[in-house]
Amino acid sequence: MSSKLAKIEKRTAYLLILPSVLLVFSIILFPIFSNIWISFKNVELKDLRIPEPRAKKLVKSINDNPNQIKVIYKLRNSSLTQEITNVKFKDKYPDDIEPISLNNKCQFKSNLLKCELGNWPKKYRENLEIVFQNINNQEISKKELKSYKPKLSGKSQNILLTYEFTLNNFKKVIKDKAFIDLLSTTFYYTFFGTIGAIVFGILAAQMVNQKFFGRTFMRSVLLFPYVAPVVALAYTWELLLDPTSGTLNNLLINYQIIDGPINLLGQKYVTLNILGFDVKLRLALTTVIIFEIWRYFPLAFLFILARLQAVPKELYEAADVDGANPIQKFLNITLPQILAVISILFMIRFIWNFNKFEDIFLLTGGASGTRTLPINVYQQGFSIGDIGMGSAVSIVIVVFLLIFMFIYFKLLGKRADEN
Amino acid sequence: MKIKNILTYCFISSLFLFSLICIWKILVTLQGIELINFNFNKLFIFGIILCVINLLIGKKFNLNVKLIILALLFSIFDYFISINLPIWYSFGIFLISLFFFNTIKNYDKNFLSKNHSSQKLFFNFLTLFGITLFSFVILFPFYMMLVTSFKTQALLLLNPLDFSINFAQGLPELFKSYFIVFKDYNFGRYMLTSTIVSLGTVIITLIFAIPAAYAVARLNFFGKNFLSTSILIIYLFPAIVLVIPLYTIFSQLGLRNSIEGLLIVYTATTLPVAIYMLQGYFKSIPKELEEAGIIDGQNWFGIIFKIILPLSLPAISSVALYVFMIAWNEFLFSLMFLDRPNTFTLSRAIQFLNVGAETPRQYLMAGSVVVTLPILIIFVYFEKYLVSGLTAGSVKG
Repeated sequence: MSSKLAKIEKRTAYLLILPSVLLVFSIILFPIFSNIWISFKNVELKDLRIPEPRAKKLVKSINDNPNQIKVIYKLRNSSLTQEITNVKFKDKYPDDIEPISLNNKCQFKSNLLKCELGNWPKKYRENLEIVFQNINNQEISKKELKSYKPKLSGKSQNILLTYEFTLNNFKKVIKDKAFIDLLSTTFYYTFFGTIGAIVFGILAAQMVNQKFFGRTFMRSVLLFPYVAPVVALAYTWELLLDPTSGTLNNLLINYQIIDGPINLLGQKYVTLNILGFDVKLRLALTTVIIFEIWRYFPLAFLFILARLQAVPKELYEAADVDGANPIQKFLNITLPQILAVISILFMIRFIWNFNKFEDIFLLTGGASGTRTLPINVYQQGFSIGDIGMGSAVSIVIVVFLLIFMFIYFKLLGKRADEN
Repeated sequence: MKIKNILTYCFISSLFLFSLICIWKILVTLQGIELINFNFNKLFIFGIILCVINLLIGKKFNLNVKLIILALLFSIFDYFISINLPIWYSFGIFLISLFFFNTIKNYDKNFLSKNHSSQKLFFNFLTLFGITLFSFVILFPFYMMLVTSFKTQALLLLNPLDFSINFAQGLPELFKSYFIVFKDYNFGRYMLTSTIVSLGTVIITLIFAIPAAYAVARLNFFGKNFLSTSILIIYLFPAIVLVIPLYTIFSQLGLRNSIEGLLIVYTATTLPVAIYMLQGYFKSIPKELEEAGIIDGQNWFGIIFKIILPLSLPAISSVALYVFMIAWNEFLFSLMFLDRPNTFTLSRAIQFLNVGAETPRQYLMAGSVVVTLPILIIFVYFEKYLVSGLTAGSVKG
């Protein structure tokens, strides 16, 4: 009895999860695996269009004979790169009409014109001319003839499904001189973005954890940048930072803090003089990181605040009795309590910043030294149009991602053991 | 009373007052008023003097009278050192100094002679300073987005610091950018598309996720543990590694430029987190309720609909709001999959406006307000649910 019940339970469970599993498999897992496939192929954006045989139908009357009519089919292969094999042609005609002569490729049977047009190489063009006559010697209506559209079919090789593979994409990715720069930019962006978001998250959480007027409102406001659409925010920042008409530059010039405008998003390096040393700072990248921090510190704030509110009040009271000062209280009570949250946050944010695409894409488009790996995927795949290269860069991202996840789950497992 | 405490008190409080005044001055400058100097030296020193006076008076007479007098003194001083500024500017200064002296009115000699009082002071002001600064830095871009949408390109080029809103021109003229954005740039249509896509994603996700989450939370089957860990792993895979294969597959299947295509992708990408969030909640529902349902002869469909769903409405609302937010804000897939204007979502349309011909910035900002406002209203209104959704789902973002 119980085994029967267990069987029913099992069957129900599979039934319930099946739709979700199928959907996630086809839209998330399958693409990740097909990335591997595509990255070993030489595919370009223009290859993705499936080649089609096309025909344009022209109907011309023959001057001296209204009973006869000439039909011209302008045939062509739509693809500039691929062959179409075994092209078949079909067109319908009204009653009482038949062709005067036909070449051996075509047949006319019960108002249907059928042709076997064989193989068409790339860019192929041909005109097929057939003269028709009315059996009853009546005038042929051009309009009626034109109302039928020819149907064509043919087989073409789908470049994605062939078994030709190449290692060129990966060779290109790794041999690229900019690859090291790409990696360092990505890690620089990821690391400082993550650290910054967490530091500001801690500060904000410490603030909101105290009682003051308008505290709940403050908590909502702090989450605005994370909740609002990235497109709107990125373009607002772009307008604020614009060198000629942007508010920030104009304000700074107005208060005589700077002499001339600074192109915060378009300048790769800025040289700062700190204590007599010239320090080269990556300006556009730093601006993008600041945007990143601005947008994602709310998340760290939310996590840390939730943890702070769970810290027992007695700890602080005991510290007060011992005469601890605020810094000691923070270092000895608060910090140890939130350390676990911070390490988890760091890992998660690190993984996500590593893959961040929209923010940089909308602010700089990857120009002036802000090209990270995800931006490179887009540029290779869609700006240059080399799908294979784009996939190869995606694979690089996935490999890094798996390494990060491995470390993350290791840490998570360790933490679970400790508890 | 320690001299160190007094010095810290004077410096920090005067600095805090000055930073408040700075923010006010920046906002005033953005109203097109010529103001090129913060007068740091004078204001800072005068602030210190007033703080010392505040300390000396202490609690000798009514605190409210004291703070009004000090605030008045400060605003009159500021009025004399800054030239040709409107009266509402000075009124703002008065309100700010009122607020400031209200926060320091309780500090007197006794307080400053206590242990750690300088550190306590420091942290109190740091908190206040932090709150002001954080609010300013966060709200400023939103404020600029809003006021830019009410200006015209010509006025903005004439004086790039004048963001004052001229209410005298009448409402139709004021909201002109919005009319143009909706009429000439078709934003009504994009908004409809965005709404359909977001609501559709929410509904389909819930239909898929609720049964699956129930199975993961309650039923025993082979591969359950594997499934629940893989949900999290799948969730950590970003859109950017899916985009090329999905693009190739969708272009060959003819699913690009279609709302259906977007719906499929959005549902699939939000499904793992929806299942993850829901199963956690389902586990917290007492099992006895379902057992009662089984005895009553309900099948799983009845159990989910009549017992689980009504009990887990808060969790379902969180998931729904979170998924709605993700779908509404989504950008990468809409950029990749949509290139015909008749299928654009709002985010894609704004990007199209920016990249295309030189669109005047007030239209761009009006469009940004149109896409931002609904989500902020929803957020403020349903904050409780959305925050719990954010916390649970924030492994991604």
